[in-house]
Amino acid sequence: MTLTVSDLSIARGGLPVLEGLSFVLEPGRALILRGPNGIGKTTLLRTLAGLQPALTGRIEGAEDRIAYAAHSDGIKPTLSVTENLAFWASVFGTRDIAPALDAFALNDLAGRFAGNLSAGQKRRLGLARMLVTGRPIWMLDEPTVSLDRDAVALFADAVRAHLGQGGSALIATHIDLGLEAEVLEVGPYKAAPPPLDDFDGGFL
Amino acid sequence: MPMSRTDKANTFWSYANPKKFLATTERMLPVLWVLAFACLAIGLVWGFFFTPDDYRQGSTVKIIYLHVPSALMAINTWLMMLVTSLIWLIRRHHVSALAARAAAPVGIAFTLIALVTGAIWGQPMWGTWWAWDPRLTSFLILFLFYLGYVALWEAIDDPDTAADLTSVLCLVGSVFALLSRYAVNFWNQGLHQGASLSLDKETNVADVFYQPLLVAIAGFVLLFVALVFYRTGTEIRARRIKALLARERAQEGMGR
Amino acid sequence: MIALLLRDLRLAFRAGGGFGLGLAFFLIVTVLVPFSVGPQSDLLATIAPGVLWLGALLACLLSLDRLLALDWEDGSLDLLATAPLPLEATVSVKALAHWITTGLPLVLAAPVLGVLLNLPGPGFSWLLVSLLLGTPALSVIGTFGAALTVGLKRGGLLLSLLVLPLYVPTLIFGAEVARRGAVGMETSTPLLLLAGITAGAVALLPFASAAVLRVNLR
Repeated sequence: MTLTVSDLSIARGGLPVLEGLSFVLEPGRALILRGPNGIGKTTLLRTLAGLQPALTGRIEGAEDRIAYAAHSDGIKPTLSVTENLAFWASVFGTRDIAPALDAFALNDLAGRFAGNLSAGQKRRLGLARMLVTGRPIWMLDEPTVSLDRDAVALFADAVRAHLGQGGSALIATHIDLGLEAEVLEVGPYKAAPPPLDDFDGGFL
Repeated sequence: MPMSRTDKANTFWSYANPKKFLATTERMLPVLWVLAFACLAIGLVWGFFFTPDDYRQGSTVKIIYLHVPSALMAINTWLMMLVTSLIWLIRRHHVSALAARAAAPVGIAFTLIALVTGAIWGQPMWGTWWAWDPRLTSFLILFLFYLGYVALWEAIDDPDTAADLTSVLCLVGSVFALLSRYAVNFWNQGLHQGASLSLDKETNVADVFYQPLLVAIAGFVLLFVALVFYRTGTEIRARRIKALLARERAQEGMGR
Repeated sequence: MIALLLRDLRLAFRAGGGFGLGLAFFLIVTVLVPFSVGPQSDLLATIAPGVLWLGALLACLLSLDRLLALDWEDGSLDLLATAPLPLEATVSVKALAHWITTGLPLVLAAPVLGVLLNLPGPGFSWLLVSLLLGTPALSVIGTFGAALTVGLKRGGLLLSLLVLPLYVPTLIFGAEVARRGAVGMETSTPLLLLAGITAGAVALLPFASAAVLRVNLR
């Protein structure tokens, strides 16, 4: 269940953004990604989640193990909270959505249409989706956006519980979640632009 | 050292390097332009002024020197786009994708010439500018496929995404264009005469018409090659500029 | 897969899902035809199979731009791409949901609209059969077009430009079955060809759609 990344280079829009990135994420551990805006944290998470190909390097232990949460939550406004969660649960082949509702205090909202939720409530629903995937590696891109302090605490508790069960998490965030986590500063891995006279197949 | 097969392959694929492609085609282009226009001039002048009138169709038959080569090239352009699209999808050579992009408007022009000359020819022959004849209809459909292909290229910002999507469209479009061809044949049997060129001597046009036609076809082919080389060069430079701008933006981002 | 199908159907039937829009469009187009060509019943009877096929095709086209774009905008497609379901299955299910919510109602409504256009008696069953066989191909081909244009801001018009040429063979054979059926001619050849196109499209195009969608998700 260990996620091993070795000598990874990734590109956005044909331009290399990060290179030479290596790290290991053990079960039960969390890793916080830090770095300035536009450095390529989202690209890194999307690459690890298999949504886009890496330029070079190896990613081991990611296949079908990753639950990915992006900026948008994939919530349908005309479905109720329960229906939204139940849909993702059955896509990922799990049944029980009650623990997820509990963990993010969504029980009172269960019957509401997702379109009527506030931004923070929607975000909680989006994060609750992580629990119903049953996947061991969570990848979260700025998960605390629009969450209030209590909700951030709920989220930190959920991550802690997930780690306690042998899961792991890779989180791009600037907020201190109070987790015992290593921090990976991606700034130093910024890709150097290729030499200008190297006019090859990639036009750079 | 004897040259192995892989070495040969490498020398062919080395033209997929934009720099080498540009250098080579720039040396070839002047020759190609001259040859293309020479062949076109000879073929068309010979065809229009130095061939006898057809006993049935009179002098109207001479439009074949425009109609047949352009129709031939309209189809072959699409085939060339299909091949270069496949090369891009399999080997990821950017020049290949750009050549397909460069060829499409040329193909549109050939298709339009074929359609317009067909209409002008059809007027005295069939008494109508347009008939829903299978061959004419197929070319109209081919024209629509070209339009969609070019529109998709224009609509997408990211060049690699655009190359991928248009290549798949070209593949799928080829299958459906072929299906349409048979569907249209089935739908209407048509007025159009058989193919003007075929290996079967009996059905072919007479030799007096045939020789200038071959020269005109050679002219069209050379013109096509020259235009595609020229336009691919333009696309490569545009792509290079785009890449340099993106690189500049990325470095500005780092400075902040 | 069933969960995705049920969700898509539920979304289509809920408020704002757009279910029935295609049907209403089909009705309106059919009603407008006599206004444009005149009320002579023998003329209407002649063109009825073709008009109904064209109307059904355009109605199908109308809802294509929502087929994947909504899931794209709210991030569902990203999440579906990381789910255990292969993307080929996802696009097939999406096409099936589109056919159930758009194609099938059109098939069922077509004979009713045939009455408005004086469709000859034997034409009804052939119209029904040809649409039943042909509309799945329209949905699958349309899904491919939707996957091509999913990332574009104003993809709707481009989608039509890309999809309509691809609809040509289906339209030719489908309308031919209905036309021949209406005048009592033999229909088995175009019917087989139509079935062949549908079978081929359903079997192969999801791979192209999924490939294109992966490119767009990058």
